[in-house]
Amino acid sequence: MTTKQKKILIRIIVSAALVLLSFFIHSDVILKALLFVTYLVIGYDILLKAFKGILNRQIFDENFLMAIATVGAVLLGDFFEAVAVMLFYQIGELFQSIAVGKSRKSIKCLLDIIPEKANLVTENGIEEVDPDEVETGSEIIVRAGEKIPLDGIVTEGNTTLDTSALTGESKPKEIFEGENVVSGCINLTSVIKVKTTKTFDDSTVSKVLELVENSSMRKSNSEQFISRFAKYYTPIVCLLALLIGVGIPCVLSMLGFNAEWNEWITRALTFLVISCPCALVISIPLSFFGGIGCASKNGILVKGSNYLEALSQAKYFVFDKTGTLTKGKFSVSEIKTAEDATKEEVLFYGAYCEYNSNHPIAQSIKDAYEGEIDPELIKDVTELSGLGIKAFVDNKEVYAGNLRLLNDLGIEAEEIAVGGTVVYIVVDKKYIGCIMLEDTLKENSRLAISELKKNGIYEITLLTGDNSVASEKICNELGIENIKSSLLPHQKVEELEKIIKNSKEKETVCYVGDGINDAPVLARADVGISMGAMGSDAAIEASDIVLMDDDPLKLITALSISRKTVGIAKQNTIFALAVKLGCLLLGAFGLAGMNMAIFADVGVMVLAVLNAMRTMKISGSVKKIHNHKNG
Amino acid sequence: MKKTYKIEVDCPNCALKMEEAVKKTEGVIDATVGFMTLKLKVEFEENADIDAVMKEALKNCKRVESDCEIYL
Repeated sequence: MTTKQKKILIRIIVSAALVLLSFFIHSDVILKALLFVTYLVIGYDILLKAFKGILNRQIFDENFLMAIATVGAVLLGDFFEAVAVMLFYQIGELFQSIAVGKSRKSIKCLLDIIPEKANLVTENGIEEVDPDEVETGSEIIVRAGEKIPLDGIVTEGNTTLDTSALTGESKPKEIFEGENVVSGCINLTSVIKVKTTKTFDDSTVSKVLELVENSSMRKSNSEQFISRFAKYYTPIVCLLALLIGVGIPCVLSMLGFNAEWNEWITRALTFLVISCPCALVISIPLSFFGGIGCASKNGILVKGSNYLEALSQAKYFVFDKTGTLTKGKFSVSEIKTAEDATKEEVLFYGAYCEYNSNHPIAQSIKDAYEGEIDPELIKDVTELSGLGIKAFVDNKEVYAGNLRLLNDLGIEAEEIAVGGTVVYIVVDKKYIGCIMLEDTLKENSRLAISELKKNGIYEITLLTGDNSVASEKICNELGIENIKSSLLPHQKVEELEKIIKNSKEKETVCYVGDGINDAPVLARADVGISMGAMGSDAAIEASDIVLMDDDPLKLITALSISRKTVGIAKQNTIFALAVKLGCLLLGAFGLAGMNMAIFADVGVMVLAVLNAMRTMKISGSVKKIHNHKNG
Repeated sequence: MKKTYKIEVDCPNCALKMEEAVKKTEGVIDATVGFMTLKLKVEFEENADIDAVMKEALKNCKRVESDCEIYL
């Protein structure tokens, strides 16, 4: 509890004790004096704030209303009513403040990934500094049990890392010398030396935190609706109150009835207290914030409430193949030769040609080539988007690419129908052979696809640049019916647009890719989801939702969190609106007293906050899916 | 030019009021208040005197909600 809350609690206890004491006093004068003192004890700050409010021409805020209501009671001589209303209001406010504080704290815990210090290696030994002050290229020491403060490369030592704060993955990750590490992970076993590659502001941990904190600023449709609603709601309610408090008694007296000014003004005040839109205003953003926080705890970064909302309406999923549903780790399975070339030659030109590319296929060809690569021999490398690569190797013109590239070049080659990817090698306009690579499916891809179908996804489509044999084989294994293969990057966008065009309003089309060379598609989709993005700025930049590790099952987790969050937000809106409107009606007809009004104001808000907080705990029920896989 | 400030505010509706008040301040293009994060994000017009603008913004906020604070 904060000091502010403690102070109010003490005042509440003291006032309650004084009220109890008052039951034993029979002298009317002393009783009134005692109750008046109690009133001041419990309500002095409200009266003060109300007074300030009037000076600033901010009437109709809560303080003003409470002050008017209770001062009115005091003037009418009903001291007990004044004390009771004030006491009840303060208790409600305290509850509300505690509930909000609690939820803030748990959200903070959720995001407790910020490293506080870095052990900088300097000439005078190791210095403990703020991670902000560490320059790129400095060396830092990370001891066991410490958080890695900045992104970098391990220059000394091997260790295991706990990446759960970023990825939600509980299995520790082994890290060896020369590998990249990202900030926010916890070093588990042994000391490592890290050469930083980014400043603190550019490091993963800052990016993640900034993203999640800002996400609540990108408002969802339902939040915008409430903001707009609140804008009209308040003046309308004030007008109605005026009508009830002044209009009705005026009309009554004009018609010759007893105006009962007291009664109508009391009703108007009750009406105003009920009307406070706080519960409405908080419940939706808080639900989304909790949902986004919960997602990030599971290694799912959502860039805005609007995307979480859109994901909950997902009906179409479009997948990229390589690196998304498959591991994207190819291994050379076979090398075929043509003419009089040898296998070594084919691999040699392949590896040299692909030397500068970081595409997974290039990587595995380089891995298969055992000799050293001399970069001096490579000149004029051109990437032919969707086709392959052209380069001059050892002064020979070399092409490495797919069958379409060969067709474009007008070179004949046998079409090889295997379930993998084939890279054809052309040297000096002559086809010399091809390298066959196979990719393997990710463990959870199949389960993820079948779970998506169970979760009401209409249509799952695979868009790939690979040949149809390779992709059909994979689709059969996964149970995906729609395949569009041999696509160039811009054709992927066209195919996606077709799907978007066919979808109805409020049916979201999600694209899932690995963020490597599919940025335009990620951006075009209603919701672009990138995978395995830990440490990849480009992927984080291009997508709306980022899965930090590359487990496709996380899609189900994300989907489920989004749906539950939107569900809870809806519950809250309906609940708050219904109670408010109900109480407003009761208040207008004089059936609800000030105490009920305070419940409608503060009580509803506390309940809405508590309900919204459930979004943070969604993960538990989603985990069942993961366990099911193991069982 | 964007800057983020820590704020103190008690109720969510007051946070909305603060947001409106800051938005109306001269020199401010846009402002967002995060009630849960207790943060205020302000986008300033170019070559606006940020200190002066924020002082004015705080004054405007105090006017609509006496019990709020922006930590400048």
